[in-house]
Amino acid sequence: MTKLWQVTKLIRSKNSGPFELTFDIIFKERAVYEKVRDAKIINAGWFAKTYRMKPEVVAIINYDAANAIKITIPRPVISGDVNDGDVFGGQQYGPLVDLEVPA
Amino acid sequence: MKEIRILSATGILGSGFREETMKRAMTLKPDFIGADCGSTDPGPHHLGSGEPQFSDAACKRDLRLMILAARAAKIPVLVGSAMTAGTDAQVDRLAGIAREIAREEKLNFKLATIKSEQDKAYLKKRLKEGRIKPLANAPVFNESVIDRSSHIVGMCGAEPYIEALQNGADMVIAGRSSDTSIFAAMPVMKGFNPATVWHMAKIMECGAASVVLRKYPDCNFAIVTDDHFIIEPPNPDYRCDPASVASHNLYENSTPYELVEPSGVLNTVNARYEAVSDRAVKVSGSTFKHAERYTIKLEGAELAGYQSIVLGSVRDPIILRQFDRWLEDLITAARDRIRAVMGDSIDSRYRLDVRQFGRNAAMGVLEPDMSIGHEVGLLFQITAPDQKLANALAKSLSHIAVHYPVPEWTGLITSVAFPYSPAEIDKGASYRFNMNHVVEPDSPLEMFRIAYEKV
Repeated sequence: MTKLWQVTKLIRSKNSGPFELTFDIIFKERAVYEKVRDAKIINAGWFAKTYRMKPEVVAIINYDAANAIKITIPRPVISGDVNDGDVFGGQQYGPLVDLEVPA
Repeated sequence: MKEIRILSATGILGSGFREETMKRAMTLKPDFIGADCGSTDPGPHHLGSGEPQFSDAACKRDLRLMILAARAAKIPVLVGSAMTAGTDAQVDRLAGIAREIAREEKLNFKLATIKSEQDKAYLKKRLKEGRIKPLANAPVFNESVIDRSSHIVGMCGAEPYIEALQNGADMVIAGRSSDTSIFAAMPVMKGFNPATVWHMAKIMECGAASVVLRKYPDCNFAIVTDDHFIIEPPNPDYRCDPASVASHNLYENSTPYELVEPSGVLNTVNARYEAVSDRAVKVSGSTFKHAERYTIKLEGAELAGYQSIVLGSVRDPIILRQFDRWLEDLITAARDRIRAVMGDSIDSRYRLDVRQFGRNAAMGVLEPDMSIGHEVGLLFQITAPDQKLANALAKSLSHIAVHYPVPEWTGLITSVAFPYSPAEIDKGASYRFNMNHVVEPDSPLEMFRIAYEKV
C-alpha cells in the first residue's frame, strides 16, 4: 500500500487564527488526488477518531484548484494558552503522514 | 488597460528580504511598497506584554531599505500590524524607528500613524448594544473579559489606509490591520475591481510564500488590472506556478474559497490560475460580495499568570515501563509536598501542567499514538499569580521529581536528568488570547485614530 506522504508534496498543519487548526494535504498528481478524494479516505469520521473529537466539528474541503484536501477543526486549546503544546499549530499533522491510500 | 503595480517587501517585516531583489523589483516601477509586520502566529505574548516578535534592529534593517527605495521612487510605504500585535505602543515604537532612519538618511516625508487599540468603555457600549458578535469557536465574552484584557486591538480594513493616503501620507505605519488591507488599500482607492484586488492582497501579504519553493523570506510583485492580476517573483531564483499560487489560498485560512474582510467576502470558487511564463501566473475569476454590515475583528489578551518551568528527561527502562503510573504518583506527591509547605489553600492558586516530550508533547490530547521510545523528556510547568510563588512551587516540585521512586529499586534513586542548574527556570508572565469576536461600528474609521507628522 502507498502512504499519504509518498503521493503528496505537502502535508501541513497550522493555526487558522488562535481558535482553529487547519490541515492542508497537497497532492503531487491530479489523478491520485481525485482517487483519494473520491474514495473519501480522509473523512470526518476517520479524522474525528484519529484526533479524538466529534465528527460534527470536522470540516473537510476538497480544493481542486490545488489538488488539495483541507481539514479544519476547533483548536482543543487556544494557541499559546498555558496548556498548549504547539503555539503555531505546526506539528499536528503527524498521524496523517503514514495513512494508507490507493494510488 | 489601467493597471497598478505592487511590491510586497516580505511576509513579515523583520524576517528579511534580499537587497538585490528589492533593487530589481524597483526597476519594475511599483506604485507602492507594502509589508505586514504582525501576526497572532507566535502566540498571545506579543499582544499581552507588548514585546515584539522581532528585534528593533531586524525591523530597522528591512524598513530602511523599503524607505530608501520608496523615497527614491517617490512612492508610499505601507506597513501594518506594527511590531507583531499592532498595539499603540508598538506603532509608536515602529514610528520611532522610521524617524531614526529619516534622520540618519537625511530624508523628509509625511508619516501617518493609525492606532488600533480599543477603548474599553467603547467596547462595553457596543457590547450592550448587541453589536459585538462571536466568530467560530469563540470563548465567552463579557464586560469582565474586556476589563481583564491587557490590550485589545481592532483589525482595521483598507479604509484608514485610504484616508491616510488621500491626506498625502508618504508612509503609513498602522496598528493591527487585516493583512490584506495593507495591499488592497491603494488599488481600492483607485477604483480597481475589488475581487481582483482582494485576491491579489491575500497572495501578496505573505511576500514570497506563494512561490514554488521558498528557501528564505523575500519580496513579491504583482500587476493588477480590473480583469486579473499577474504575480511574478522579482527574485530570479524563485518562480510561481498555478499550483503554488492556488495553494496559497489554503494557508492559515479555514477555507481556500472564502476570505472574510471587514468590508465583504472574497470568493475564489471560480478563480482561474494560468501560467503566463515559467515564473509568472495570471489569476482571474474571483468575486467579491460587499458585506451588509461592516465588521472589525477584535484581538485581546489577558494575563494567565506567571510561570516557572522544570525540564528533565527519564532514561531508566524500569521507570519507562510503568511511566504513566510513576508520573501520576510523582505529581500527586509534588502536590502533597506543595500543600505541606504552603497550606491547603494553595491548591486554588496555582496550576501544574506536564508535557511529555518523546510522547505527546506536540499534540497533547490529540495524540493517537502514546507509545514510548527509549527516553522521555518532561517539562513541568507551574502557573501562579506571581513569579516568586511560581518559583517556590517549582522548587518543591523539582526535588520530588528528581528522586521519585519505583518499587523495583531499593534506596534513593535519581530518576530525572536535569540539564540545568538550578533546575527551575522562571519564564515570566504568560498571556492568553481571550476573544474571537467582531464589532459592528458605525463607520470603517470609527475605531481607529490617524495622526500625521512631518519627519
